[in-house]
Amino acid sequence: MTYFLQQVLNAAQLGSIYALIALGYTMVYGILTMINFAHGDLFMVGAFFCFLAATFLKLPFVPTLLVSMVGVALLGVLIERVAYKPLRTAPRVSAIITALGVGLFLENFTLVFSPYPQSVPTLIKNVTWTFGGLSISSLQIIIIVISILMMIMLDFIVQRTKVGMAMRAISWDKASVPLMGVPVNLIISATFALGTGLGASAGVMYALAFPVIDPYMGILIGWKAFIAAVVGGIGNIRGAMIGAFILAILEIMVAAYISSTYRDFIAFALLLLLLIFRPYGILGKPRAQKV
Amino acid sequence: MPLLEAKNVTHYFGGLCAVSDFNLTLEPGELVGVIGPNGAGKTTIFNLITGVYKASQGSIIFNDKELVGKKSNQIIEMGIARTFQNIRLWQDLSVLDNIRIAYFSQTNYGSLEALLHIGRYKAEERRITDQSMDLLKVFNLDGLADENAKNLPYGSQRRLEIARALATNPHLLLLDEPAAGMNPNEINELMDFIRWIRSEFKLTILLIEHQMRLVMGISERLKVLDFGATIAEGLPAEIQNNPKVLEAYLGVGGEE
Amino acid sequence: MKSIKEPSQSGPSKPANETLSRLRIIWEKIASNRKALPITIIVGFVLSILIQQFDLVDQYLQIIIMFVGINIILSVSLNLINGYMGEFSVGHAGFMAVGAYVSATLTMYVIPTWLGPWTFPLVVLAGGAFAGLISLLVAIPSFRTRGDYLAIVTLAFLMIVKSVIENIEVIGGPRGIPGIDKLTTLPWVYFWTVASVLIIRNFVYSKFGRGVLSIREDEIASNLMSVNTKQVKLQAFIISSFFAGVAGALFAHLLQFISPKVFDIIKSTDVLIMVYLGGIGSIAGSILGATIYTVLLEVLRPLGIWRMVLMPLVLVLLMIFRPRGIMGMREFRWFVPYYNLFATKIWRHKKEVEDASSGS
Repeated sequence: MTYFLQQVLNAAQLGSIYALIALGYTMVYGILTMINFAHGDLFMVGAFFCFLAATFLKLPFVPTLLVSMVGVALLGVLIERVAYKPLRTAPRVSAIITALGVGLFLENFTLVFSPYPQSVPTLIKNVTWTFGGLSISSLQIIIIVISILMMIMLDFIVQRTKVGMAMRAISWDKASVPLMGVPVNLIISATFALGTGLGASAGVMYALAFPVIDPYMGILIGWKAFIAAVVGGIGNIRGAMIGAFILAILEIMVAAYISSTYRDFIAFALLLLLLIFRPYGILGKPRAQKV
Repeated sequence: MPLLEAKNVTHYFGGLCAVSDFNLTLEPGELVGVIGPNGAGKTTIFNLITGVYKASQGSIIFNDKELVGKKSNQIIEMGIARTFQNIRLWQDLSVLDNIRIAYFSQTNYGSLEALLHIGRYKAEERRITDQSMDLLKVFNLDGLADENAKNLPYGSQRRLEIARALATNPHLLLLDEPAAGMNPNEINELMDFIRWIRSEFKLTILLIEHQMRLVMGISERLKVLDFGATIAEGLPAEIQNNPKVLEAYLGVGGEE
Repeated sequence: MKSIKEPSQSGPSKPANETLSRLRIIWEKIASNRKALPITIIVGFVLSILIQQFDLVDQYLQIIIMFVGINIILSVSLNLINGYMGEFSVGHAGFMAVGAYVSATLTMYVIPTWLGPWTFPLVVLAGGAFAGLISLLVAIPSFRTRGDYLAIVTLAFLMIVKSVIENIEVIGGPRGIPGIDKLTTLPWVYFWTVASVLIIRNFVYSKFGRGVLSIREDEIASNLMSVNTKQVKLQAFIISSFFAGVAGALFAHLLQFISPKVFDIIKSTDVLIMVYLGGIGSIAGSILGATIYTVLLEVLRPLGIWRMVLMPLVLVLLMIFRPRGIMGMREFRWFVPYYNLFATKIWRHKKEVEDASSGS
């Protein structure tokens, strides 16, 4: 039983990180119907900003997190303006290829400056408590709590603020929103800033939990988070969170009870099955196609 | 023997009833109109007949065969064709290709012959292309054969849609608002045109339309739908004065 | 005083314009001569044998040319699904892996070494056939899902293939298969490249190929116009993955070493870039994209790590200024069957003859 609870805790931690990344994917998709495949690499950049801030600026945890989030948010807005905006009217696949290109660029640019994996200095003292056989680390708690706080903050912004309302409006009907006087480009930039900022925070959390980082760390995690977002129903914020935790639980449980070599394989196979039975994801609705 | 028989067809979208207890008998050669306010379920009926949706209840029999449950391309092969409310041409393909693709089920060669361009490939391609061009000529579109469909003016696109439907060699043609966006002159031409293709191609026609002049002018009989249910049916003259129909279109007290 | 109407050309630009128009005339002459194509193919084949037998070209260059050929097969076959059918498949590396591993296993563990070169075409065919069969795993879910969801299906497929290979110890598991016999030769690559281009071109200009295009434009309308979309999709997937498997087999016997790591998402991304760079829905585009990508990567090798920084930047710039790729859905004349190029003219001529004989 304690073994099971241990895994639940691990899944909660992993799921939190996946969720923060998946949210970025889903927000950008909801507003632009575009899959930002560079998102996983922005997660990586977030981890690297954290490394730079902690190592060279010797900043403590909270400022590091802020620096990383703001830095990546600015980078995200820049990428959107320079690379994605010109392609808003182009065929969708061109935008996807551009995103892949941006991702490749980020990976290899980072590789130039960091040919070897880097070690992130410890920012939070890790204390482990044991209850019976169950060991809980303060790090896990912090990661889970901060992630939940981020998600609450995002939910608040999206549901309770004017900016959030504009975001939701644009995701429903892009054409009519500018006619209502809403500065669409500004809202899109804000969406990117929020989404990528969250991805960066995921990078920081990841760096806390697994302090060795390398430029290719974002690829697999990016694709996994993307799948999580789709499973939850792409474009749906609550769906992204649900999908992320489902993926994390599947992964951890398969690794714990079946085999750790098959963990990705089985997790993906199960998600595939889910998509076959619910092709639009758990909370997704088909974009109504009128025949 | 009737060409088409729809019996007690009912269809739900989730909890919403889009069509309730729809019945229709079509004899070969008839021209029947379906009218009703927007959202009445008219296009849904077309979708049910052509297999886009599988009717929740009821049966649709065409030439003695049940349609409900069959796939769309099978139903088309059986001899039913349709056009769409919002034109659904293949925009980035040429006018000629739009027609040739509709000949898909009538193009008789297999995969191996296609991969190596052997056997019946050459002969069938020539035959299909000739038939497509001949059909385009009937509609006065042969001059535009190499143009991309999206570049055609609206009226030509509408004609192409109908031509494409006829390429599938149907017995029954479902026209979904063919007069949308037309002026009175064009509607007159369209009326003659529909009468002409009915006799030329030996068709039975089911027509959805909002333009009353067209639908009253050429329909032999009408069915009126509102909120998925049939509220009236009969000859155009009867329907025009039917109070229920007026109420559906104009609201209560509208017949004043 | 110079009048405004005088042409502003003067000096060196005038002869340059003349050469340009002369080149254009020569190009027109070659491109419009249909007989030139079969001649070029045969000449190319003879050349490939000669180059290989007598080392007429540097060994290193031969290997580059062979990689170009393999990449052409990959990009033309992926273009069928991503370009002509308008889907988004990222699983091509998975089919390549199947072809590579099946063929390598046959060569290394089943067929005696001396028999290798003689059975090589069959081995490559086997690799392709297995890949084609496996594609059913992707094709069948594709009937129910579209667009972005197919991306997930193909990604999951890629991961699954990789996982499965890593867990089969007999074929090396995560360490892969080293020391594969170098059975891939320039003539063989040439043969398979020409075969793949020809067959896929034939498919595209058949009723099935037109069906594929109609699915891209409007799948619901296709079904309602008698196109059997299931059959068409199945065929497209099988053909596409068959040739990916062929490319994988050729690749394995050229590189002489394969492992699951080689066939990951990055490899799929490479092929995606080649297809979109050259132009979706264009065979000439795929050939161009594959050639430019492969050659450029080699040429930029001295730049070291900056090569992979520059390349995606160029790609992004290209997408911004030419979102449909270099060829942008246009096709090179030689790849369009003669009848298709002149179909309407032939029909009009026939009508004129008919009218003339019956009218007057």
